[in-house]
Amino acid sequence: MRKHKEFSITFNSISENEGFARMVVMAFMTCLDPTLEEIADVKTAVSEAVTNAIIHGYNNKDDGKIKMECKIRDNHLHIEVSDQGVGIENIEKAMEPLFTSKPEWERSGMGFAFMEAFMDELDVISSPGKGTKVKMVKTIYSA
Amino acid sequence: MKGYRSEQKGTTMILFLEKEVDHHLAGEIRKEIDDKIDCGSIHNIIFDFKGVGFMDSSGIGMIMGRYRKVRFFGGKVAVSCIERRIDRIFSMSGVYQLIPKYPTLESALESLK
Ligand SMILES: Nc1ncnc2c1ncn2[C@@H]1O[C@H](COP(=O)(O)OP(=O)(O)OP(=O)(O)O)[C@@H](O)[C@H]1O
Ligand SMILES: [Mg+2]
Repeated sequence: MRKHKEFSITFNSISENEGFARMVVMAFMTCLDPTLEEIADVKTAVSEAVTNAIIHGYNNKDDGKIKMECKIRDNHLHIEVSDQGVGIENIEKAMEPLFTSKPEWERSGMGFAFMEAFMDELDVISSPGKGTKVKMVKTIYSA
Repeated sequence: MKGYRSEQKGTTMILFLEKEVDHHLAGEIRKEIDDKIDCGSIHNIIFDFKGVGFMDSSGIGMIMGRYRKVRFFGGKVAVSCIERRIDRIFSMSGVYQLIPKYPTLESALESLK
């Protein structure tokens, strides 16, 4: 059976919403009958993208808006997380494992590395002053 | 629902983490540990992961940050009861180059004696 469904939500940039975003995506993807491993992969990637929007995009301020759009097309789960925050100057550098612009905030620079490792596709679109969009795709093989 | 419990054994603080360790929880744990480090009542920290099903990079940053802090006074940090997935996240981040893991809380406590 072909699956075709989507949703989008917008929430404000507070850390409680990280757990909320993970739960929503988890509920949305259950129709694909994913393995526990696949669920954990997606939860990690969503958590990284949303946390980055809060911490970096909006500098930890709680009045930013984060949009999360999810789509299921057959057995592919598409997730986009976007903010209208500070944006990224050098995307290539930002995506290097262990690179962080905020060592003083105890960041480890592993967020993008985890998104890359746990999802099948990762694409980052960003411009300074405008914001950042992280697009990810995961294929669910059990579906 | 707090998301973790803590206990002190001598000068070692044990953090029993629960379920999901993310940016939100990491901030709360950091505050509690740093208060105790700053008033001089703890020296070593053990993070016990029994029952933890989720951790992201914020957990890594919080643990490495506490490591740097206690190391300054000669203290140690250890982690225990790590399941496979979190083990992978620790390995990828290079945490084990600085912080040892133990299969049980008891063996972690023993190593700090
Ligand atoms: N939404 C965003 N807006 C602005 N800058 C971002 C955004 N996401 C990532 N960045 C930049 O990319 C860098 C790397 O991100 P990454 O998630 O890999 O590491 P980190 O967030 O610094 O550390 P960690 O994820 O381990 O806590 C960040 O330090 C930041 O400079
Ligand atoms: Mg990050």
